[in-house]
Amino acid sequence: MTNLIIELSKYAFIILIALYTFLSFSVLKKRDQEEIDHGWRMQNFLTFLIHLLAYAVIYLKTGQLKFLVFYLLQFVLLQAVLVLTRVIYPMINQLVLNNMCFLLAVGFIILTRLNYDKAVRQFQMAAISLIFAMVIPVLVRKCLFLQNIPWIYGGAGLVILAAVAVFGDTTSGAKLSLNIGPVALQPSEFIKISFVFFVAARLAKSTVFKEVVLTTILAALHVIVLVLSKDLGGALLFFVTYLVMLYVATRKKIYFLAGMGAGCLAAYVAYFLFSHVRVRVLAWSNPFSVIDNEGYQITQSLFAIGTGRWFGMGLCQGSPNKIPVVDQDFAFSAIAEELGGIFAICLILICMSCFIMFVNIAMQIKNNFYKYTALGLGTMYGFQVFLTIGGAVKFIPSTGVTLPLISYGGSSLVSTIAMFAIIQGMYLLKEDEELKIEKERRAKKAKLAKARSKKIKTEKEKPE
Amino acid sequence: MVTYLFVGLFTLLIGYFIYFNAVLSPDVINNPYNSRQDTFADRIVRGNILASDGTVLARTDINSDGTETRSYPFDNMFAHVVGYSTRGKTGIESLANFNLLTSNAFIGERIVNEIKEEKNLGDNVTTTLDVDLQRTAYDALSGQKGAVVVLEVKTGKILAMVSRPDFNPNRINEDWEALNSETDSDSVLYNRASQGQYAPGSTFKIITLLEYIRENSNYEDFDFDCKGSLTEGNYTINCYGKTVHGQEDLKKSFAKSCNGAFASIGLSLDTTKFNETCQQLLFNTELPFSIPYSKSSFTLNESTVPAERMMTGIGQGETLVSPLHMAMIVSSIANEGLLMEPYLLEHVESYTGENIKTFTPSVYGNLMTEEEASILTEYMEEVVESGTGRKLNDLGFLVAGKTGTAEYSSDKSKSHAWFAGFSNTGEEDIAVCVLVEEVGSGSEYAVPIARKVFAAWDAKR
Repeated sequence: MTNLIIELSKYAFIILIALYTFLSFSVLKKRDQEEIDHGWRMQNFLTFLIHLLAYAVIYLKTGQLKFLVFYLLQFVLLQAVLVLTRVIYPMINQLVLNNMCFLLAVGFIILTRLNYDKAVRQFQMAAISLIFAMVIPVLVRKCLFLQNIPWIYGGAGLVILAAVAVFGDTTSGAKLSLNIGPVALQPSEFIKISFVFFVAARLAKSTVFKEVVLTTILAALHVIVLVLSKDLGGALLFFVTYLVMLYVATRKKIYFLAGMGAGCLAAYVAYFLFSHVRVRVLAWSNPFSVIDNEGYQITQSLFAIGTGRWFGMGLCQGSPNKIPVVDQDFAFSAIAEELGGIFAICLILICMSCFIMFVNIAMQIKNNFYKYTALGLGTMYGFQVFLTIGGAVKFIPSTGVTLPLISYGGSSLVSTIAMFAIIQGMYLLKEDEELKIEKERRAKKAKLAKARSKKIKTEKEKPE
Repeated sequence: MVTYLFVGLFTLLIGYFIYFNAVLSPDVINNPYNSRQDTFADRIVRGNILASDGTVLARTDINSDGTETRSYPFDNMFAHVVGYSTRGKTGIESLANFNLLTSNAFIGERIVNEIKEEKNLGDNVTTTLDVDLQRTAYDALSGQKGAVVVLEVKTGKILAMVSRPDFNPNRINEDWEALNSETDSDSVLYNRASQGQYAPGSTFKIITLLEYIRENSNYEDFDFDCKGSLTEGNYTINCYGKTVHGQEDLKKSFAKSCNGAFASIGLSLDTTKFNETCQQLLFNTELPFSIPYSKSSFTLNESTVPAERMMTGIGQGETLVSPLHMAMIVSSIANEGLLMEPYLLEHVESYTGENIKTFTPSVYGNLMTEEEASILTEYMEEVVESGTGRKLNDLGFLVAGKTGTAEYSSDKSKSHAWFAGFSNTGEEDIAVCVLVEEVGSGSEYAVPIARKVFAAWDAKR
């Protein structure tokens, strides 16, 4: 019986996520509000079904009660987030909210399967940050002053990054984290947000050449510091985000192309200058020739994905823990191994739907500062997903970034949840803007009507 | 535009992922480093390994209590090449591990079995091995240490690969301690055919000859007066048995395997060019082969002293080569200079006989020009016609080859006996390499074994 459930669950997961993915795209096309609401509720239902089924399998496999308790806690947390957010912010973007909960749920599942203790810590971090995230949309409305003081937090961000580069602890070759008491912080995860705010504020203020140069210099310093602290993924993320924001703000293709050119040149130079860059490239181009050393991680990842093939080995049936640091850089491979390639493809599509939604929101905002911020955060998110999954499947060299909301890592989790909340705040602003426009239009209409009726009235009065 | 750019990136990513899963993954995960394969064994009954004619070389027997035993009907005969699978995996058991542990039975049957918690039957792997040739070579090496490799020239199929002393893979668990004990000096588990490294002795004169032809277009004018030994400085090279060959041209000195002539050639050669030629013949590089082997080495350089250069010319000195590599070199000569990659797996089929995958011959590349190959062939035919390989000249078909007697210690009576050559009939020819450790001359000990293999091959034609 147990075996039957586990075997069938494999296929059930795929059907459920396929439905969920389909809804992510199809609901957006619907016009009827009732149908739309039904679609979003359906998504939540599917999320909880996957979540329930996964923990049922884990419980059946292990027979340990703690997993059921853990399941209930997660269920309550996710339900609370969904319900409370909708009560407090009725106008919230449902797709972004649903996707966030879905990705969190998948993250909990795969982390529980990989390492229970880490999953518990991840859950605690998620709970705390989700509670704080509740107030972020309100704060976003009040943070317009941020656009006046970009140098302060832009500079501060750079100083913190530099501090990490000098004093930070080295994990797997890169200096990423600062140990403050018992907590290991990864400041670059938070600097991502302040960086985007900085660039948005600067570009919203002015796009004349001189100002752009100044902004570019500070942005480039961020990237250089990250390269020096060997955080290649981070450097690439900041770089691409800056380029995209610059292009959208200036609409000058020449900036984009020049940036790409400079990026390629820098990559070329870095390849010859830094041995860790060469190691990553070698491990990518021919991992099997260095399978004992540099290529070990990526080949293990490929073994995992390849062994899982389309339908996966089944939850708790593979051996994803053979991949070094699987819970961070290679969470995607663990998912592909156990839940299958089709599930993994759906996951990519869901991340993509998040990204498309972010960009859509950004493009509809009138205020440039908010627009660029939303776009920047969206790009950060989208490109990070691309980097981590591309690295795991050996499409591009591995850069050691996490899969947002799924991989283990407190700093990454907190900053991603904050990013989602900020974008939600922007979305609400956009709704406000629309309401305002609508109101103004109505007011104008009313005024006109009033004036007209007055006119009529006066005209009527005239003959008397 | 940004959206399109990123959606484009994501689409490429998904496309690559699909491509990986659909096309690349079987080859990627079929890797000895992939320990995930072992978990397959919980769900799949390991498939059979078959000879090219379908004879079972390894199969899984299911005992009455449900446990499985891997059994090898030929006991020791295929020990190294087929390998074993219960103490780590070696040979074809390792090479085809993924295929043996994958079931391509009908999908419905597989799902039903999975649900019933019953094992599916793994795929069967048909190899290129020929039972008759393997048996002939195995019996011919009886009681001796050494190796025999037989390749099909046009395809690179490995028809036989024998290494002795050997072991019984059916008893690998019981014998494990003894096989690995420090008192066992024979290195029984070692596949001498691909992993053994031996001084090539006079078989290396093939390569010295090739280099001489390359450097001297007037090679046919070569002449040498053999007095049974050659002294340069204070180092003397003797011909085998101190035979005095007298006045001889290049062909005769090759056929008679005159050490004096080839030592003098060795002295005359350009070390840089000689190195390039050996590099081209796959010395000091990886071989295109997928079970464990040892790289061959050739260490001549500009600063090498004359004595060492003389020795190198006759295949002594620092040069080391495996029987497999020597077989590959002569097979490329037989194939007009073109080397086919040696391979062991012919095809994979499901347990019901449905073909899953066929392995096709693949070209490695040219080791030499067609003209060079034909000159070498002519010289090697002379060896069989009138030289040290005369025992092969009455087989009823043309054979070309070269013998070798490699000294490896100060005890000159104990030499490694070599033969490397090929049939030259124009149809499905084979290349044969024989190495017998510590016995004596190639013509006395290796050639008779090659003769038996050629005869067995001829009998099957």
